[in-house]
Amino acid sequence: MSEVRDVLIIGSGPAGLTAAIYTARANLRPLVLEGEPSSTSDQPGGQLMLTTDVENYPGFVDGILGPDLMRRFRDQAARFGAEFHTVKATGVDFSSRPFKVWTRDEEFQARAVIVSTGAQSKMLGLEAEQRLIGHGLSTCATCDGFFFQNQHIAVVGGGDSAMEEAIFLTRFADKVTVIHRRDSLRASKIMQERAMKNDKIDFLWNSVPIDVLGDGMVEGVRVRNTQTGEESTVPVTGVFVAIGHTPNTSIFAGQLDMDEAGYIRTYDGSKTNVEGVFACGDVQDRVYRQAVTAAGSGCMAAIDAERWLETQPHEQPIVATPTEW
Amino acid sequence: MATGITDLTEETFDEEVSSSELPVVVDFWAEWCGPCRMVAPVLEQIASENAGSLRVAKVDVDDAPGIARRFQIMSIPTLMVFQDGVPKKRLVGAKGKSQLLSELAEFL
Repeated sequence: MSEVRDVLIIGSGPAGLTAAIYTARANLRPLVLEGEPSSTSDQPGGQLMLTTDVENYPGFVDGILGPDLMRRFRDQAARFGAEFHTVKATGVDFSSRPFKVWTRDEEFQARAVIVSTGAQSKMLGLEAEQRLIGHGLSTCATCDGFFFQNQHIAVVGGGDSAMEEAIFLTRFADKVTVIHRRDSLRASKIMQERAMKNDKIDFLWNSVPIDVLGDGMVEGVRVRNTQTGEESTVPVTGVFVAIGHTPNTSIFAGQLDMDEAGYIRTYDGSKTNVEGVFACGDVQDRVYRQAVTAAGSGCMAAIDAERWLETQPHEQPIVATPTEW
Repeated sequence: MATGITDLTEETFDEEVSSSELPVVVDFWAEWCGPCRMVAPVLEQIASENAGSLRVAKVDVDDAPGIARRFQIMSIPTLMVFQDGVPKKRLVGAKGKSQLLSELAEFL
């Protein structure tokens, strides 16, 4: 049987790593199940691992690269004794105590669990996606933009991440067509303006992709106009999808209360419906979804977990160092 | 041949890949690719733990765009496994250690 930890943190984006910094500084020796490498945002470090310049994280006057920012968060948590396992949680049991969390090969036990599994990008849900991923269809503009020099590519979506990808991709592509299902963008003003005044970007409004064409390589996107029903083909060699995110909560189904979109419901700070289980970051936030709000909520979860642990019977009393929150 | 991870260039690629008696796993990567950075330490572990059965090498697509074009790399990280210089397998996207090991099982 494995050792029972005080705090186990599932996920390692800004929320999970901030929770790790705070619980480590409170001598709770957190263990972080940081996830496994992938080319989606479901990976150690989370969504920022797929971004380039982060310009709105306070303290970085000139901006910082997403992966560099996450490296700093992680190093800071490690400095105070947080432990990391590069594995993905595959199951949990919150019905008995201590709580159990499984990975593919191991079982972990903890008195308190902080859930910070984040959200991952939605795909289009088209059959062609499986065939063409890595062959012109991409989940990671920063990884793959380079391979589309002087080409015409499409970005699907109308939010901030879609604008960021479109602008980033103009470094390589000759032309970027943004395909959006509405007639106006959801993106923030500053991102809209940057995209609108970029000569390489044009917009295809009221349009939804219904197929991605090509056998071995992307040859185009088939779109349908939502107003007229008319179908047409956009002749692109690359397709980047940025149509929003879905929370990574499938392993908590039936154990943690969620809203209809699958976001974990939190009450009174970071508490979930299970006493001793706390949630923070994008997994419970469908409103703000910023690195800085995720970090803030990670701090809340750490403080809530620490205070809750102090109220629990314990074989050895938890000796907290004087904290300077 | 050393057990570490070899950097392949336009000049050395063919020679290194075809002269190897062991299968060569080639990691196409770049400095600016976040998922590539995450998968690098996993590949280092796999290389040192399986030094007797395979070699791991890498191609920086910034330095060697010709090799990337030749193998139609359009997404990184992409891993390609070569045996006697012939591509046998292609894995697109970053993956965790256990998943990579099971994908590479036939070469171990």
